[in-house]
Amino acid sequence: MLADFLEYDFLRYTFLTGLLIGIIAPLLGTFIVVRRLSLIADALSHVTLAGIAFGLFMDKKFALGLPPLYSGMGFSVLGSIFIEKLRGVYKAYQELAIPIILSGGVGLSVIFIALADGFNTELFNYLFGSVSAVSQTDLYTILGISVIIILVIGSFYKELVTLSFDEEHAVASGIHAKRIHLLFIVLTALVIAASIRVVGVLLVSALMTLPVAASMRIARGFKQMIIFSIVFGELAVIIGLITGYYFSIPPGGTIVVVSIIILLLAIGIKRFSHTPRKRRDPHGTE
Amino acid sequence: MEEPVVSMKDIHYAYETKNILHDIHFDIPQGAFMGMLGPNGGGKTTLIKLILGLLKPDHGSIHLFGQPIEKFRNWSKIGFVSQKANTFNKGFPATVYEVVSMGLTAKIGYLKLFTTKHKKKVLHAIDQVGMSHYAYENVGSLSGGQQQRVFIARSLVSDPELLILDEPTVGVDQENVQKFYSLLHQLNDEHNITLLLITHDTGTMTEHATDIVCLNTTLHFHGKPEEYKTLSNKDLSQFYGHPVNIVTHDH
Repeated sequence: MLADFLEYDFLRYTFLTGLLIGIIAPLLGTFIVVRRLSLIADALSHVTLAGIAFGLFMDKKFALGLPPLYSGMGFSVLGSIFIEKLRGVYKAYQELAIPIILSGGVGLSVIFIALADGFNTELFNYLFGSVSAVSQTDLYTILGISVIIILVIGSFYKELVTLSFDEEHAVASGIHAKRIHLLFIVLTALVIAASIRVVGVLLVSALMTLPVAASMRIARGFKQMIIFSIVFGELAVIIGLITGYYFSIPPGGTIVVVSIIILLLAIGIKRFSHTPRKRRDPHGTE
Repeated sequence: MEEPVVSMKDIHYAYETKNILHDIHFDIPQGAFMGMLGPNGGGKTTLIKLILGLLKPDHGSIHLFGQPIEKFRNWSKIGFVSQKANTFNKGFPATVYEVVSMGLTAKIGYLKLFTTKHKKKVLHAIDQVGMSHYAYENVGSLSGGQQQRVFIARSLVSDPELLILDEPTVGVDQENVQKFYSLLHQLNDEHNITLLLITHDTGTMTEHATDIVCLNTTLHFHGKPEEYKTLSNKDLSQFYGHPVNIVTHDH
């Protein structure tokens, strides 16, 4: 079944891109989930859609040749910085940033789509992903983004974990929470923009959260959770891309369905293997 | 005379129009085991946040280890165990080892690696609080008393000279409260760590602390436990603003 993916260039680019986002989406997703920011990822993906619509519009009306991947990424990064500012303004209502950004993103998308005289198939590909839309340039761009993300997460791993676990304690011990938050949200925006070609705007947050939700059920410790999340993410991407291709279904749909099956299996395995046992503490606690 | 670990002079702090702290003067001497008592809303947590540099006073000066707080950078000298230890996100799948490692994050600094030397320190801190058996268990699966010890280890790992504990025994059963206090004594006596402990538990506090302060917007009492015990019920009622019964929390 893999043969076509090796034979045709466009399929190979999609496949390699899929493997890359199968690493970076769950990697970042692990932090997004534990920091309860899943909905922010969703909001950002809609801003990315606005950026893509803007790129398509500029291309169609002015033949600017602005690659939608770049305009999407630009909007997404700006949106992420805006979210951080909003969260600072509405300290007591931090979740308010989500509907503001989400509706803003959809609103702008509709305007650009209308200005570009309506829907086209290319936009449909951006909504639900496509097995054939990744160009060689896209692949190289996404490879670059992936390298940056892995390097930055690697460099700030201990700060990110410490902040995510207990922000109050982290700040009290002298970590600069604001800078790390900003860095993190910009990374999230980059991952979303990178993932959109394959999974699509509407489903990109699923690839960041579902593998993590499954991994959370069985992992012991945070590092293990990251590793399982990536394994599940890769499985979902590989199986989803191949089945999507053979059944002519946008891969966004198949990848999400595979992720949900993995999630259900993880919950089931946990149930099955869970034998109630009381921990004994040699020091008498409990 | 050694420099006090914390020195607060003429501290005022208000939230909007409400006075939280008014005219606070007090020192924490080196090696003290200071207990801080006071009603809810009396400003205890605010006072801690001021010491930790999380809030700035409207007026007055704070010195930490002899240095003005504005210039103080050596935050790893101060360990902090918050109330949050009881309410932290139990779904966060971190092992005891991982949580205690987090206590070193700020001390190691940005872009520097966690080495085997740090690993040894983490394991030592876990051992100090008697949690070695659980080093690779998820923190969320431990009991309240065990979690509390893990959070103390997280503070101990950066070798603090002052350890601040904000109502650490809430939600811990009575038997473990005793164990908890003997751990505190060990840290205070053997490791010469200065302690500031906030609690509602007046009875236990007078048994263990070397110094007691009572805070309700202003400082109502600052002295030795023996002196505190001689306070009349009338004094105490005035301080709390309502009649006082000494109650222990073991729910």
